[in-house]
Amino acid sequence: MSPELINLIIQATGESLYMVGIAALLGTAFGLPLGVFLATSRKGELFASPLVNRVLGIIVNATRSTPFIILVVAIIPFTRLVAGTSIGSTAAIVPLTIASTPFIARLVEAAIREVDGGLIETASSFGASPIQIVLKVLIPEALPGLLLALTLAVVSLLGYSAMVGAVGGGGLGDLGIRYGYQRFMPEMMLAVVVVLIALVQIVQSAGDYLARRVNRRLRHR
Amino acid sequence: MNVHQSLAIGQPIETLEAISPAATEPDAMVRFEAISKTYPAYRGKPGVNALQNIDFAIPRGSITGVIGRSGAGKSSLVRLINGLEKPTTGRVIVDGRDISALAGRELRLAQRSIGMIFQHFNLLSSRTAADNIALPLEIAGWAKADIRARVAELLALVGIADKHDRYPSELSGGQKQRVGIARALATRPSVLLSDEATSALDPQTTRAILDLLANINRELGVTIVLITHEMSVVRQLAKEVVVLDAGHVVESGHVADIFTHPKHPITQSFLAEVIGDSLPVSLASRIVAERSAGGQAVIRVQVRGAGAGDTVVARLARELGLDVSLLSARIDEIGGQHVGSLVLGIPSREDVQARVLAWLSQYQFSAEHLGYVA
Repeated sequence: MSPELINLIIQATGESLYMVGIAALLGTAFGLPLGVFLATSRKGELFASPLVNRVLGIIVNATRSTPFIILVVAIIPFTRLVAGTSIGSTAAIVPLTIASTPFIARLVEAAIREVDGGLIETASSFGASPIQIVLKVLIPEALPGLLLALTLAVVSLLGYSAMVGAVGGGGLGDLGIRYGYQRFMPEMMLAVVVVLIALVQIVQSAGDYLARRVNRRLRHR
Repeated sequence: MNVHQSLAIGQPIETLEAISPAATEPDAMVRFEAISKTYPAYRGKPGVNALQNIDFAIPRGSITGVIGRSGAGKSSLVRLINGLEKPTTGRVIVDGRDISALAGRELRLAQRSIGMIFQHFNLLSSRTAADNIALPLEIAGWAKADIRARVAELLALVGIADKHDRYPSELSGGQKQRVGIARALATRPSVLLSDEATSALDPQTTRAILDLLANINRELGVTIVLITHEMSVVRQLAKEVVVLDAGHVVESGHVADIFTHPKHPITQSFLAEVIGDSLPVSLASRIVAERSAGGQAVIRVQVRGAGAGDTVVARLARELGLDVSLLSARIDEIGGQHVGSLVLGIPSREDVQARVLAWLSQYQFSAEHLGYVA
């Protein structure tokens, strides 16, 4: 494989990591509080507001059921408003964030709901405020689950990022389509797939390792 | 021993007090006033009247047991004390304050003076023993150095100073509950609520934890409220008891009084758990309804009160000039009072039997004729 092609792969890898990294960060920034709220706002819960919970749940479901490629195209005006342009890697971060936020929120919700309800009652019994319960009990106790959720989100984002070539987002997926498929260069297709597999492996292994490290439910000395 | 002394022995204790009405209890730590608690119907489940007409006081500095079967309303009752639940009607006064009227920040401040321990310990798996104990102090906004000192003190108090850096997964059940107790005491509460705190522990560990609670009550003067379905817990630790059944207080008072003279069937069934009301199998299988020459009549005598059972066999034999054999006996001590029963064999003659029963009732022993053995 020629040095030019290798350079293309390196550049595309950089673009993928940039888009996925920023989108994962933003998706977590929005998805974590949203997920915590979804997990604690049903009737009788910490921040009980069943109506808001219901409405947010519907919005989350709607976003998640929209195919990503349609989402990318449908929100182009919004993307232009936020990123100043609708073309390129930076612009692609907008739909990636919008797609990952509800995904992360649902994973966070599931992880938070796994925390023993007795712990919430216990913290309440010694006068913890709802915010203190979230910060000192729910998030630390759910941390292994949250890390695994984030890992899953990053892996999914890598998949989504292959589609942002449609708006000139670049990245590995785009490279694979344009060179591997449209120019019929099977070795390029193979290289892209190998790099993606390696990235997913690294992300997943790192996530598993971190989740295991913070999991004190297991004995380890 | 003179006659007057022996006379007193078989008699009921005269220091009985009726159920102490909340209003007349001068130094109550917790006072329930006309409490009822109803859970409304929800998602197809019918509403539940968990508590009704609850009116009693828990004396300051006491260890009070609240005993009842599952579903009797014990958990609801204890959660009214620390404001985790609100009564549907009535007030709960804790240390002079109406906790049922507090909300938000005021309630959270009041909760710091009420500690609680749980059946399943409810420790944070992500925190070490020390950090678990530190949690209520962090929440109360203590300075780091103060927290460190207080945690060390508490770990020593509950006897696990060496477990400072251990995570809950590395601790035994008893050690976890010690952490739970230390955490509950961290903010120096005046009341400690125990919600079935020993129900998940083995008998030996249970005893050690109950001893620890007794020490804490004695040394720190903390009022302890024990929710339990286990008679052994009440017997070992409590001085006062409240018997709860189907959301009602059916009896309450000093442990010794309640269990030497149980009135309600529930109280009697709890007592039977301790003293047993069944005969040993080998004896029960020999008892027949028909009198036989040379055999014995079997009489069961209830023993209630301090030293009540000590002399009954000897006195019966001496005063009536009879051969009395002890077929079975089970006597336990509850609140310093003897509670149990003796099963006696006496000569199987109708006149003897009548004299013995008359003698027993004269000294206020309750007795029943069970049958005959050959």
